[in-house]
Order: sequence, then C-alpha cells, then structure tokens
Amino acid sequence: MDKHLLSINDLSASEAIQILNTASELSKISDGPMKKLPTLRGRTVVNLFFEDSTRTRISFESAAKRLSADVINFSAKGSSVSKGESLKDTAQTLQAMGADAVVIRHGASGAAQRLADSGWISACVINAGDGTHEHPTQALLDAYTIRSKFPDLTENFNGLKVAIVGDILHSRVARSNVLLLTKLGAKVTLVAPPTLIPVGISNWPVEVSYDLDQAIKNVDVVMMLRVQSERMAASFFPSEREYSRGYGLDLARLNSLNSSTIVMHPGPMNRGLEISAESADSHKSVVLAQVANGVLIRMAVLYQLLGGAALTGEVSA
Amino acid sequence: MKYTIKNARMLDGAVVDIEIANGVIANIGNGINSGEIIDAASNLVIPGLVDLHTHLREPGREDSETVETGSAAAAKGGFTAISAMANTFPVADTAGVVEQVFRLGQEAGLCDVFPIGAVTSGLEGKKLAELGAMANSKAQVRIFSDDGKCVSDPLLMRRALEYVKTFNGIIAQHAQEPALTVGSQMNEGIVSSKLGLTGWPAVAEEAIIARDILLAEHVGSRLHICHLTTAGGVDLVRFAKSRGISVTAEVTPHHLLLTDELVANYDPVFKVNPPLRTENDVIALRKGLADGTIDIVGTDHAPHPTEDKDCEWQSAAFGMVGLETALSVVVKAMIETNLMNWEDLVDRMSIAPARIAGYSKHGQNVAKGSPANLTIIDTAATWIVDRNRLASKSKNTPFAGMTMPTQVRHTFLNGQLVLKDSQIVQKSNGGSN
Repeated sequence: MDKHLLSINDLSASEAIQILNTASELSKISDGPMKKLPTLRGRTVVNLFFEDSTRTRISFESAAKRLSADVINFSAKGSSVSKGESLKDTAQTLQAMGADAVVIRHGASGAAQRLADSGWISACVINAGDGTHEHPTQALLDAYTIRSKFPDLTENFNGLKVAIVGDILHSRVARSNVLLLTKLGAKVTLVAPPTLIPVGISNWPVEVSYDLDQAIKNVDVVMMLRVQSERMAASFFPSEREYSRGYGLDLARLNSLNSSTIVMHPGPMNRGLEISAESADSHKSVVLAQVANGVLIRMAVLYQLLGGAALTGEVSA
Repeated sequence: MKYTIKNARMLDGAVVDIEIANGVIANIGNGINSGEIIDAASNLVIPGLVDLHTHLREPGREDSETVETGSAAAAKGGFTAISAMANTFPVADTAGVVEQVFRLGQEAGLCDVFPIGAVTSGLEGKKLAELGAMANSKAQVRIFSDDGKCVSDPLLMRRALEYVKTFNGIIAQHAQEPALTVGSQMNEGIVSSKLGLTGWPAVAEEAIIARDILLAEHVGSRLHICHLTTAGGVDLVRFAKSRGISVTAEVTPHHLLLTDELVANYDPVFKVNPPLRTENDVIALRKGLADGTIDIVGTDHAPHPTEDKDCEWQSAAFGMVGLETALSVVVKAMIETNLMNWEDLVDRMSIAPARIAGYSKHGQNVAKGSPANLTIIDTAATWIVDRNRLASKSKNTPFAGMTMPTQVRHTFLNGQLVLKDSQIVQKSNGGSN
C-alpha cells in the first residue's frame, strides 16, 4: 500500500496481515475507557459518497473520529453521477479545502482509481466501494473477523475453506474478498447460478460451483452476498423463490454446516431471500462482529495511510 | 497550378519525376521541371488514402470537430477522401444535411468529403430515411449507415439492403445486437470480470454479422461490415466470401494494435465502441486484413472534447481520433510484422475503399492520366505522437507518447498541394505555408 487503497491488489499478503494486526492493537484501545487516539489530530478526512451507504459512511466517520481527524461528509448523490465533470470538479474542490484523505464511494467501477490517478487531487484515496469492482476495506474487515474466529490463523489463511455465495457478477465485496482470501492462502469456492458468474471467471484463482448444498460441505466460512431483486427483472434468475430455494442459506443448510463454521454477510441482508432469519440470527452468524470490526479496520487503514508514530504508548493522550 | 514532384519513389522502386497539371498526372519521367517543384527526396509516392469511416461532428458538435479541422487532420494523415458518418445533430438523413456537409468539405478544400447517409430517420431504427433523395442530391450518397447504432430490426435491414440496389448503394452496418450490449463498457472477458465493467460480448457483433450476410445473400445486395473486431467475425466474413456473398469488411487501426488489457487503469482514452478486444482477436484481424478477408482499413475517427474523457470510465464517451495516426499504426501492425507489403497497404487503405464506395477520382494507381490525388510518405522516418500537435480539434488519441513509423510529407488533392513538409498549406497565401 503506497499512498492509496484502491484495490486489494495494492496490498501484499504481509501488508494485509499488518493491517489486521494494527486493527487488533486498536481493538485493545477501543475496549478500554479512552476510545479516542490523538493520531490524526489536525488532519481532514472527507467521506465523498456518490451512492447512499449509511453503514459504510458511518463506519468510516467513526473510525476517523476515533483517531481525532476532522471529518467532512460530502454527499454528492443526485448532483452529479450522470456527468463526469462532477467527479473532477468535486475532487478539485476538496483539494482546495485541504483534504488529507478522501474516502470515496461511487457507482462507477474505477472511480476511485480515476480520482487517484488523474492528478485532480493530492490526497490519499480510499476506495469505499466502486461500482461492481472492489470494496477493499470490506474484505479486510471480513478477514479480520475470520481471524478472530479461527485463532490458529495468524500470518496466513492456509487451509481455510471459504464459500462465497450469490451475485458474484455484480459484487464488489466478492471481488475484493477473492483477491484477499486467496492472497492469504485460503481456498475459495464461488457459488451462484451461472447467470451471476462473470464470463472470464476461469482466470480467477477460485473454484466455481452451481450447487450450494455440495459446496458448503466442510467449509469453514459461508459468506452470503446480497441479491438485488432488480436482477430478477433482468432474467438473471426466474423468481425470488427459485433463487432462495437454490442459493438461500435456510435452516436445513445452516444445520448441515460443521459446528465451527461461521456465517458472514456484508449487509444489508435480504432476510428470506439469500439468508433466512434463523441463519442470520444464529450463533454461527458473525454479522454484527463484521460491523464492529469495520470501524477497527478503517481506523487501521487511515492510520497506516495518513501515518502516525508507532502505535504503542500513544494511549496516554 | 502546375507542380513537378522530383525524385518520387514508386512502389516498384523506380525513382521518377511526376508532373501534375489540371488535376491529373500529366507525365511521369525523368528531368521534368515544370511548375512548382516539390522534392520528394526519394520518398514513396502512393495514391491518396481513402477513409470510409470518419466522424466529422459537423453539424451540431463543432466543439469536438468541424469539417474543416477534420479535413486538415485527414490531409496530415495522407488521406485525400474521407466519408462523413451520419450521426450528427441534426442527423444526416435528408438531402439537405448531406449537401451541407458536402459543401463544407468543398469549401475547406483539404480533402474530398463524401457524406454517408443515415439508413433510418434520426438513426432511430424505425423507418427508412429518404435514401433516394440523398443518393440523387449533389452529395450523391452511395454509402448508408446508422453507425454508432446498429440497424437491429432484421426486416428494416432487409428492406434497406434491397432498396439501395436502384442506385448501387451499400449498407454499412455497425454490428452490435443492442439487447446483448445494454450498458456495455468494454470487451466481455477476463479483464472485464476483474474490473467489474459491464461486458460487450463478441457474440453481440457476430450474431448481427451472421444475420446480415445471410440477408445480403437472400436479397442479392451489397453489405459492408464496419469495424470488425472479433476473430469469430473474421471467420464469418471469410465464410460469406467463400459463398460468393457480396460482403466487404473493415477494421480500424486501433483494433489492429491495442487490446483490452489497456483498460486496466480505467483511462477513458481507451474507451471505444466496438471495444478493444483480446490479443487473439488482434491476431485474427491482422491475418484477415493480410489475406483480404477484411477488405479495408477504416479509421472510425471519433473526436470528443476533453471533458467527455476527463471523467470516470462509465461516464466517458466512446471513441478515438485516428486520421493522423492511421497510416503509421497500420505500418506498425502490418508491415513491420511482415504480414503485408506496401502494395497490400495501398490496396487496403486507398484502392479497395475507393472501389467499394465508387470514389472514381481516388484510389487510382500512380500513372499518367490518373487524378492527382497523391500522398508522399517518408517510410524511414519515425515520430512521437503528441496529442497537442494534432490538427484534429479533439485530442483523444490512445497513441499519445508512442513512437510511430512512417511520416506523411506531402499530400495532393485533385492536383493541388494541400500538405507540404507535413504542414497544411494555407489557401490564402497561394500555396506555401
């Protein structure tokens, strides 16, 4: 990770582990009485959101504030997305305002990279989800959550078996998770109807299955993806019920999982579609841990990108 | 105005003097010294290049190109005839608009500009435009195309193919099945799967090519396939020709050189429709052009103003400028790779396109009595593409910074010197720049 976090490809395996370790250190502080660190005092972090995403925005905002940064929330939705100048104009505005980091969520794949490469702005750019491309902090928080549930995994994820289930074609969460989990050594199986698997998948370092029951036998992690009902209108699958029968994590499938297997979901969940209420609320579900860990991971990323002194000993402030 | 081109090298290697008078080649020999002397310095003289696929944007988008600036770009690129696509504002779907574009070309006087007429009214794909009126206008339109959009309705395509037979017209199809390419951003394949950009599958092009060659066979009409980009498309055209179907095909310079790997950084300068494809496709296109399956090179010169490319990929316009780099790119892709020789290049970039379009004063061999539409090129020179030095009003070239072989030195249009020492000759001061 140089100056930006645009894609998991920006990280080596050891850099990714280092972010997880930093998040672990930060969790110790967060569990203590003094949650706030002075590290980024005087620095400005802008949350530039061209798409609605209250969860992700709040998570980044909370992370920046716990590091004492000034936070500006810039919701550009509606003003702009159809016409490209707005990204440039907005970026130049933020540059003029002295942003040190820009957290960008945008509906167009590659928007974060354009912001970083274009020369419009000199701030660090953090990709908080670009179109159907990537969402790297989600993958990092998922890895952190997995590691917290499987304490044997410290420096790599060798031997870990993960099934990612759902709309792979349109999922930035899936793309980032595939890159990160396989980089760390996990074995990943993607499960979806063929219509929701990208052409060109043969080049990905994964296995592909169309059979959820088969694919979740003996996996350690089942990661369910949100399925948008507009996909049905575009004939990616015939009906919500048929999708749910084939690819939903219902009670029977939940009960077929190994005792140590965990269930993940990036949220927001469509209960009754890709995941049943029983599965979402079961003790195997780590959905709320994912949310909590999101703040720690985003703190770790901001901390490493914007730079601070060594972490230990800073708690005293 | 009389000229003598001294020391011009012919394709057969002979170095000769060429006398130009009254718009034609008056004499070829040695020791000729009449009129203004242009020393070709042993550079190659070839018939002026002919492009059947140019977007000049006028009327309507004069911020990106005008007939005059596009003509200047053409002259700098060695072209003496270009064909203005119909997707202007208003659309070139009436005699009035095509005559306007034709007249603007004559006034600019840097290149012959032959308008292409729309196949359907307003490019809407619903009903035929007044093809006969455009054919009988002063612009004498013979090529009709909805380029930018596909004539996707099979019955309308059939009717169009049939209808233009009365004046020996030709339908140039932009082969893109719309239902298979909703929201498409780039070639569908390995790269698009990684980048999360909506794919434009090869089958969307090939399905239309297959349908249209069968329609052309059924009604016995002439079909031209614009900007072929896929290996499968080359196979289909080869099959059609083997059946004796009257089909011709075109490839752009950029599809002969660039692949979809270039999209990896999301720089919209590489966004073009049809999209950049894979290396396998590039190899098939080169082979097809070399063996004559693909008849011609067409630039698909598509100017766009800066703001239409200075944005995120998804919002950016499709298209690349190409007139000023076409010759060099084809040399790089086809001659430096020993796939073609110079005779082949002259055929694919001048003789064949002029023949397909019926541009009788262009694409003639350099011989006594031929119209003096010529270009003189330095095949030993190299140059670096600088987007700020393009004559085109728009700067969206994907080749910026690349070192290119072969430089155009002089261009003659109908016996007039319009490009001298790689600079446009300004008409006002009587022939020198």
